[in-house]
Amino acid sequence: MKPRAHLLLAGLCAILLLLPYFAGSYILSVATLFLFFAYTGQAWNILMGFAGQLSLGHSLYLGVGAYAAAGLYFHFGIGPWAGLWIASLLCVCLAASLGGVAFRCGISGVYFTLLTIVFAEITRIGFDHFTWVGASGGLFLKVTQRDQIDILNLRGPPALFYYLILALTAAGFMLCAWLLRSRAGYYWQAIRENEEAAQALGINTFRWKILAVAISAGLTALAGVFHAFYYNNLFPEHVFNIGRSVEIMLGPIIGGIGTLFGPILGAALVTLLADGSTELVAALGWDVPGIKQLIYGIALFLIVIFLPDGLWPALARKLKLSQ
Amino acid sequence: MPIDPVNLANVTISGILTGLVYGLMALGLSVIFGVARVVNFAHGEMMTMAMYMTVLLFGQLHINPFLVVIPVAVLFFFFGYLLQAKVIHPFITRPDHAQFMLLLAIAMIMTNALLIVFGPEARTVSLDSLLESLETGPLLVDRGKLYAALVAFSATLALFAFFRLTPTGTAIRACADNGLGAKVVGLNVKHLYAIAFGLGAACVAVAGCMMIMLIDLTPALGPTYTLLAFVIVIVGGLGSMNGALLAGVLIGLSEALAGLFIAPSAKSMVSFALLVLVLLFRPRGLLGDNL
Amino acid sequence: MAPFNIVRAQAAKLKVGVLLPRSGVQGLIGQSCQKGADLAPGVLKALLGVDIALMNADTETNVDTARTRAERLIQEGAHCLVGPFDSGAAAAIAQVAEQRGVPFVINIAAAPQITEQGYKFVFRNFPVASELVKNGLALTDELFKATGTTARTAVFMHVNDTFGQANAKALAAILPQLNLPFKLLETISYDPAAKDLTVEVSKAKATRADLLLLVCRLNDAIALRREIVKQRWNIMGVISPGSPGMYENQFFQTLGKFSEGCISNVPWFDPKLALTQSVDAAFRKQNPKDQLRFHALNVGYTFEAILIVADAYKRAQSTDAKALTKAIRATEIKTRMMIGAPLKFNAKGQVEGNLSACIQNQGQKPVVVLPGDSAEAKPVFPWTEYQRA
Repeated sequence: MKPRAHLLLAGLCAILLLLPYFAGSYILSVATLFLFFAYTGQAWNILMGFAGQLSLGHSLYLGVGAYAAAGLYFHFGIGPWAGLWIASLLCVCLAASLGGVAFRCGISGVYFTLLTIVFAEITRIGFDHFTWVGASGGLFLKVTQRDQIDILNLRGPPALFYYLILALTAAGFMLCAWLLRSRAGYYWQAIRENEEAAQALGINTFRWKILAVAISAGLTALAGVFHAFYYNNLFPEHVFNIGRSVEIMLGPIIGGIGTLFGPILGAALVTLLADGSTELVAALGWDVPGIKQLIYGIALFLIVIFLPDGLWPALARKLKLSQ
Repeated sequence: MPIDPVNLANVTISGILTGLVYGLMALGLSVIFGVARVVNFAHGEMMTMAMYMTVLLFGQLHINPFLVVIPVAVLFFFFGYLLQAKVIHPFITRPDHAQFMLLLAIAMIMTNALLIVFGPEARTVSLDSLLESLETGPLLVDRGKLYAALVAFSATLALFAFFRLTPTGTAIRACADNGLGAKVVGLNVKHLYAIAFGLGAACVAVAGCMMIMLIDLTPALGPTYTLLAFVIVIVGGLGSMNGALLAGVLIGLSEALAGLFIAPSAKSMVSFALLVLVLLFRPRGLLGDNL
Repeated sequence: MAPFNIVRAQAAKLKVGVLLPRSGVQGLIGQSCQKGADLAPGVLKALLGVDIALMNADTETNVDTARTRAERLIQEGAHCLVGPFDSGAAAAIAQVAEQRGVPFVINIAAAPQITEQGYKFVFRNFPVASELVKNGLALTDELFKATGTTARTAVFMHVNDTFGQANAKALAAILPQLNLPFKLLETISYDPAAKDLTVEVSKAKATRADLLLLVCRLNDAIALRREIVKQRWNIMGVISPGSPGMYENQFFQTLGKFSEGCISNVPWFDPKLALTQSVDAAFRKQNPKDQLRFHALNVGYTFEAILIVADAYKRAQSTDAKALTKAIRATEIKTRMMIGAPLKFNAKGQVEGNLSACIQNQGQKPVVVLPGDSAEAKPVFPWTEYQRA
């Protein structure tokens, strides 16, 4: 990376690290949301941007991860630091089996996408009847008391969660950077560009695609665990919602699929758009329900038509950051 | 509790009638997806728009939904034609997911525009005749459903006739079978794709006009029916119009029976389970051609 | 500003943050509740002499938004929070309230667990599912006695969401303990997103029950009632032991004459109380084309939530969060508008003693038919179209 890029990155990191000290609680909550979508966007990007498989059902892993960790904590008192391993492993196995079955049967492209949607929906309906975690009545965790800082059980003030999701995002970023330049990254790129040619070159596309799904799912599960302990309650209709899957992928698509900074830039923009439009509408005194979703749709439309590679590549060129 | 045979018969009839309307809706997608290869993620939203149009025309001008079918279908034909020709066509050369995203964006814009304009309240067409049922012996048939199914079936037959008997229809089928070959023999592929999309849109519009007799209308209906349409088209077999119709009836029936024998709250699981099974074990669908 | 500080403000006006779902799936209900919030400052100024400033925010029926909006309101100086109708949003906002030490009074939320989690700053003035169902079933018994008719068998249908499940669980637990004259034949749950309820009603009809007990929401109530007509199901009536839907404006407008006779046993305002009448007057002034009775629950409980914070403010004489919370905890309000005992919170921050009334649809509007002292009309049971076998 050029020195200019390094400087910008360092500046960004500094701002993010020191945010709780100068920003109000509202900005902190919005920043937490931004980082949440940046992280899940990165996880999704591994499957789509790197390996070229479009998943519109990522809320499945978010939900399963969240419910697994929350259920273990609620019923057995197993803390989130232990629970997250189980949640992640569960999602990895789930994704590997779903992906394995799908890829073995030659399902790809739009059929794969539809399959992901359907799996998420089936799980949602299933959890609506799953009484061990409260079914559609919801699962509630014991609330965090004020002035309680219990890092072991993730009971603490919003700043705790902010740093947690910041750490997750940073770790995710470094993982993606490493993956991109690793053998996996090159194989995935080959598969994304032309799967048949990649197969002809001797790449075991099946194995590498499974790996992509599994890694993506495992990472998303961690976001689910975060979600469970940050909000302290889970309802199948909120967590497995297809709207959530769409929100997860908006960031990477707007920012730039397959790039490193794309998901982060995209998440920032989407969060800004969301809160910005709410503030604007309120300031103008209008009462327009659904404006946020409408703006999402318009933004997606414009990006797909005019900037199909996303905002990051164009921005990087403008700022002369990329080679 | 043992199932009462009269109850079973009533539910079965209801399922089949609903399935015929589903079939027409899916047929629209079969034409769009099968011919123009457009992954129309805004299919359910187009139906929702047609439903709003029907409700408006009924509410403001008191026109019976059955009479409104033809003008609405024509309007949506042109809408579909323009959408394909002007907006979607350039995406033919782009990667699959780009087109998917485009239509997703269009779907989001449609749903939320409808929400902003019409508000979240449920709307309906309140015709007293719709509340009557026809009695044949112990069986009760919902009159509204019966008429809706009849209109849907007629529209389906009209569409089949168009594709079998008219030169444009044959040309479109040629395009679907072999796009390059069609170009080689001089067919205006872009124009034909647009017509196909227009026809698909018209189908879904008619399905919408009929659907309003069966269910209440809210802006958020779109995604559910988009998903249902895809399930039906894939189960029936891509490229097979008979398949779409058959699968529509099959899904309508299975939903009804699943609701009766298993829990009603899980009845949508059945259609999803069917999709998964078909994708895994018979990806070409029930009546589709070999992929 | 260190991350763990709380900004305290002393001001002459009480700033009340109102969080409601004005858009999204529950938009209609949120807007209904908002009417209750909008008329509160005027009525409470006259009643208690306190000055209230409302700060409205839309939760968009989304947990993420609920949380950030709550933070925003507190940052802008809200001294207390009121809302949010949805249980998921309530839990998210409760976290914020607890962390920031700002009192949060829930107007309507179904999940019983919210007041079981050990919150110190969260209060709820709405009956939990078990209270709701117990009152609802007791009123059904009263109804039978008042009209001299009973049902021998009943079937219970409920929507399969948070609210429906909580009520269904409560019903299953409570029904055996009460001595009601009818036998429950079957329980049928249905998907809240299901639009076509043919199969569900078919199943219910096949039980040959006399009575339909229903826990529903507005849209499915309408679809169900229509199905009952289409399938010519001969029942004595539809009674809701405690759910929305059948008394709402849309129900009457869509179903017309078929809305007549449906009964909802729900918390309601007492039409004979003075406070109700002042609220009604204010409502009519702000909403000339509407009627309070179509928004009884939403407006009533939202208004009472603001009444609680206003009353606490008057006693505490300060907007300091700790003082305000302490005052809220010591609340005892005798002049209220909803039917029930004086407003008092138990140790968990829950009000016990909210009662239900038997509301029947008569003349295209919901009227109170029981209990006798608050009644506006006599109950009609069974339905006029019922034919006893």
